[in-house]
Amino acid sequence: MDLFPGPRTKSKVDIAMHLRIAVALIVGLLLQVSARSEEPGAAGLDRKEIEFFEKKIRPLLSKHCYKCHSSQSKKVKGGLVLDSVEGWRVGGDSGPAIVPGDVKKSLVIRAVNYEDEDLEMPPKRKLADHEIRALVEWVRRGAPDPRSGDVKVAAPSSIDVEKGREFWAFQPPKKRATPKVKNDLWVVDDLDRFVLAKLEAKGLAPVGDADRATYIRRVTFDLVGLPPTPEEVQAFVDNKSPMAHHELVDRLLTSRHFGERWGRHWLDVVRFAESTGKTRNYPYSHAWRYRNYVIDSFNADKPYNRFVTEQVAGDLLPAKDTAQRDRQRIATAFLALGPKDLNERDKNQYLMDNVDEQIDVTTRAILGLTVSCARCHDHKFDPIPTRDYYALAGIFRSTDQLVGMGSKRGGGNRYNPDQLYPFGDSKKVAASGETPAPAVAPQNQRAMRRLQRDLVAARNELKALQRKAKPAAGAKRGKNSRTQPQRKNRKGKNDKRQRKVGFSAEILAAPANDAGTSSPAERNERIRELRQKVKQLSEKLNRAKRKGKRRGGGKPKGPAVMGVRDGKQPGDCQICVRGEVSNLGARVHRGFLQVISVADELQIPADASGRLELARWLTTENNPLTARVLVNRVWYQLFGKGLVRTVDNFGATGDRPTHPGLLDHLALRFMHDGWSVKKLVRSIVLSRTYRLASTYEETSYAVDPDNHLVWRMSQRRLEVEAFRDAMMSFSGTLDLEAPTGSIVSSFNVGEIGRNPRADGDTITGNHRSVYLPILRSSLPTILETFDFADPSMVKGARDVTTVSTQALFLLNSDFVREQSRVAAQRVLSRNGLDDRGRIEFAYRLAYSRAPSKAENERALGFLDASTEPDSSTGKNTSIAAWSSFCQALFASAEFRYLN
Amino acid sequence: MPQETTDFPITRRSVLQTASCGFGYLAFAGLCARARASESGYRSPLAPKAPHFEGPAKRVIFLFMQGGPSHVDTFDYKPVLQKSADKGTKRGKLLPSPWEFKPHGKSRLRISTLFPEISKHADKLCLINGMHTDNPAHPQATIMMHTGSINFVRPSVGAWTVYGLGSNNQDLPGFITINPPPRLGGAQNYGSAFLPACFQGTRIGGAGRKSSGGSLPNLSNANLDPVAQRRQFDLIQTMNRDLRDRSGVNHEIDGIIESYELAFRMQKAVPDVMDIQNEKAGTLESYGIGKGQATDAFGRQCLMARRFAEAGVRYIQITHGGWDQHKNLKSRLTSNCGATDRPIAALLDDLERRKMLDDTLVVWTGEFGRTPTGQGGSKDGRGHNNRGFTTWIAGGGIKGGLRHGKTDESGAAAVEDKVHIHDLHATILHQLGLDHEKLTYRYAGRDFRLTDVYGQVVKEIIA
Repeated sequence: MDLFPGPRTKSKVDIAMHLRIAVALIVGLLLQVSARSEEPGAAGLDRKEIEFFEKKIRPLLSKHCYKCHSSQSKKVKGGLVLDSVEGWRVGGDSGPAIVPGDVKKSLVIRAVNYEDEDLEMPPKRKLADHEIRALVEWVRRGAPDPRSGDVKVAAPSSIDVEKGREFWAFQPPKKRATPKVKNDLWVVDDLDRFVLAKLEAKGLAPVGDADRATYIRRVTFDLVGLPPTPEEVQAFVDNKSPMAHHELVDRLLTSRHFGERWGRHWLDVVRFAESTGKTRNYPYSHAWRYRNYVIDSFNADKPYNRFVTEQVAGDLLPAKDTAQRDRQRIATAFLALGPKDLNERDKNQYLMDNVDEQIDVTTRAILGLTVSCARCHDHKFDPIPTRDYYALAGIFRSTDQLVGMGSKRGGGNRYNPDQLYPFGDSKKVAASGETPAPAVAPQNQRAMRRLQRDLVAARNELKALQRKAKPAAGAKRGKNSRTQPQRKNRKGKNDKRQRKVGFSAEILAAPANDAGTSSPAERNERIRELRQKVKQLSEKLNRAKRKGKRRGGGKPKGPAVMGVRDGKQPGDCQICVRGEVSNLGARVHRGFLQVISVADELQIPADASGRLELARWLTTENNPLTARVLVNRVWYQLFGKGLVRTVDNFGATGDRPTHPGLLDHLALRFMHDGWSVKKLVRSIVLSRTYRLASTYEETSYAVDPDNHLVWRMSQRRLEVEAFRDAMMSFSGTLDLEAPTGSIVSSFNVGEIGRNPRADGDTITGNHRSVYLPILRSSLPTILETFDFADPSMVKGARDVTTVSTQALFLLNSDFVREQSRVAAQRVLSRNGLDDRGRIEFAYRLAYSRAPSKAENERALGFLDASTEPDSSTGKNTSIAAWSSFCQALFASAEFRYLN
Repeated sequence: MPQETTDFPITRRSVLQTASCGFGYLAFAGLCARARASESGYRSPLAPKAPHFEGPAKRVIFLFMQGGPSHVDTFDYKPVLQKSADKGTKRGKLLPSPWEFKPHGKSRLRISTLFPEISKHADKLCLINGMHTDNPAHPQATIMMHTGSINFVRPSVGAWTVYGLGSNNQDLPGFITINPPPRLGGAQNYGSAFLPACFQGTRIGGAGRKSSGGSLPNLSNANLDPVAQRRQFDLIQTMNRDLRDRSGVNHEIDGIIESYELAFRMQKAVPDVMDIQNEKAGTLESYGIGKGQATDAFGRQCLMARRFAEAGVRYIQITHGGWDQHKNLKSRLTSNCGATDRPIAALLDDLERRKMLDDTLVVWTGEFGRTPTGQGGSKDGRGHNNRGFTTWIAGGGIKGGLRHGKTDESGAAAVEDKVHIHDLHATILHQLGLDHEKLTYRYAGRDFRLTDVYGQVVKEIIA
């Protein structure tokens, strides 16, 4: 469907059109005015003026300017054309190019004079002096121009929002009768009818159901991201109850691992990461709380509309206690944890880039719309004018991000703990086991502690010597009642300072070196030395402290929350023409996308950012996209393909739904069920469609090789988290408990490339993969290797690539070899099994099935060849052979595939 | 600004130790060749693709001089800076260049005495004196140079190149970056952003990661001897083929089977390509490789670049850090040039001798240049300058012995035939036979390209 026929869609990246549209918005009105105004024309000019223009100006314009600035240009730059009077009179993005008679106000003159770094024309080479003089003279004379012709600049914004609403995605989901199907018996859930009807219409029939072992493996990975244990598989296979599937699914839905699996899907969508990325990659010390919040929310089956509301405006919602307040603030990290250019010195640029990032994540994650495209010009494909973008921008511009640091150029410390929310009340936090980290970098700390020790020793010795030298002075002072408390004070201060840098009282109390033995002369000499030493040491120490700070040395000071809050002065935002922050256009009222008009009128109060209203607009049942986008994401996770393939893009350039009726049916039911993700998941995984086998069937394959119509379950590859967790489940090393916090919160808040500890690979641990540290540009190797979603990008669907890096990792990496070794030990230590039994046990652990006879023989042959049987028992107990065997299981394709 | 000195000698061992992580495409070329022939229907994303048009260059060697080398002391001759007397400008006092510029070759290109060896190749060089970029800060400018964007995370030039052309070689990655800076964008500078991960650069050394002990991770198995590994490998492949047969048609599983075959071959092929021991002593000598030589570290990088190029790698970047001469211009610039002059000259020589220069685009550049004025009254240092600097290109169908574009009288800003980073990128792609306006990738509902909506091929420098 082509919403905007005509030249705009001809070329995909057509700058001329881009710019024209942008211009149009700004100059649309102006254009109308100027069209009515008096037109200078050839008739009004005298011969001399015409001659001057034709001799001096036209050739010059033609030679140097027309390439980019004429109606014949392949691409019109900056929306400006100079081959007609109206062209320069109306001007381009920056306004009229020439003000007749006013040299100073004429942009053309400024440009050719290279007065402004951002506006140097012609861009490659300055005009010759005589040419510039001619232009100046022409403008000074009032720019007499005999050319006539139609205005060649763009027409006003051609976005017809009303017409745009006709697009399927902007139509509210329609309630329809469930389709009639021939094979009624096949249907378990209403959703099956939608699938079956399509298949029947094509003359196809679904393949048979998956066997029970296949089903439990599939649904266990899908719901909790872990393999079923062999015992669970056996119990399910043996369970003859008609409710067996229901019982299984309900058990999985109540597992706390459900949130770890589904939370991670959401974290992909919202580009979750624990560092800023980009120019100066600083850790987000507190981002993990958001990760946990997401996991907890899925476990609690928080209604999705509430979940969205909290992430967009949780800080503005009422809270009954501190815990709820914190939870809701943590949710807003959704807006705060995007990639940030901390080296950006231009405050407005920094703000607007972050605003853009927030608009992008909000609209793509929740609405499946690429609103960010409208930052510089009207959206080229969807009915989203630039002004709508800036209506949203006003909301985020009125919102402060609390991420614990700000931007500035150059090196130096960006850490600012004041830019965070406090967490809980401090006493409870202390009890929770989270330790506030020390104030300086560990590598500096050692050096500083040494300096500190030397300094204290020198000071003590000095003091002792001085006491010896002037015993009377001390006594005198002792008598003075006013000095007594002062000394105490000073001592108290000392203690405090010492605590801060972390050395013990024993060191402080260490006796000074043989202060009593030397002569007065020696003593004085020593005092002089010591004074010098104290001075040097304290200078050194100060330098080290400063260095610690400069290196970003600040430690995250105790528990805190990152998120957003309303700014002090909420207000509307001006359009940035072409997205340039210094090129300001009209002011736009804060608001939402016109194309999605929800029934209730949402007014943004003057003194609020408007995020609360934004959240309402996003989550009202009248919003045609929010529920659809979410149910499509769920479908994608369970079938490997969305009903709309482009899960993050429901716009004109996205795919159309393969089953529009089904999508609407699920969306409506989802909202009707109180936006419950668990109910949605439950109904899908219990459906007949989800229970299909993945069996190959030639005729169906011929008709629908990509399985658009779901005649079978597609074979799917496990995501890296499930794959890693599965290996560690097999070996028995996986720690199913959630860790406290994140290793990232123990890092210095400094650049990650400078901190050797802050490498994605140095810290992995045995927790589930969802808890691995996610540092932008420094991911753990295993994640990087197996298609993890780039955490700087909104990514609802991961790539599935097959590269030999992956094979090499599985064949040779330390991690896989170690897992294989531990797995072999587990298999070997299982009591009462012979080699065949062990092989079967390993197969059940790896694939949730028993080996065939042939497979068992093959494995035995492999083990025999790989090891000499123990002469006393006749059994293969070689750990090396079994490790190699387990590794082969891990490395096999079947281990990574769900049937 | 702190110096970004990250040089360290590249040894075969360190290469192998760190190469493990990005070896994705290692597989690809071989995979492709096989995939095309195979009937499996599986096609690697890195299979070679036809260019948009016939381009003279088949590959790129990108020499990145991180920190902002001073153009006015090296490749941009400014008579006004040859005079001893300080001259005031509105931006401060000019700092005369301590080095002489002499004409070289038939083209009489003037190059400073800092690069005596490169000067001998003057007739091969195209000095683009009118370069300019958007931002005078290291991180932004570095990311700009590598991805064409500051405000957004975008794919790197190398990733676009491999995306556009695929990989022709049998056993090596399509895009290798040696010794990249750990910060200043880090992996973003060779990343693939929204392009599939298989197009990202393979990092060798650098990036601040420690290599892990003396083994060769992921290129050999520490537990298994070759016979045992072969046995294990056969078992894995038998199981994979079983699965494929049970699954009917599944190209992904075909792909996995192929990727294992390739991985297995790579285990031998990669160490072979990286082993410089069988290079002639004279060759090692010409690159300045040898213990204790200042040129050793960068010489190894250059030689490795040639070996990779020869083996068919599409895009190779090597990096020399520490060009940020706010102070100690005389000593530090001398040592930087000294460490790189001979290796680069040897690389050009070597490529030419092997008849590879014509289809190898060699690009030398920093992220920006330096001011002709002394910094903060310094008599021995220069500030950042994004408004004018020099990039040079040799080979790959670019005119040699040419000076293109101009900075102003003192070298403060490009004024004539200005070339922006987008233009440079457009030109690099053009020489590879790719139209920068057509090389697009659909992401978030629109077609992205390396040059965004900018970029013009610098036609004047094309032979």
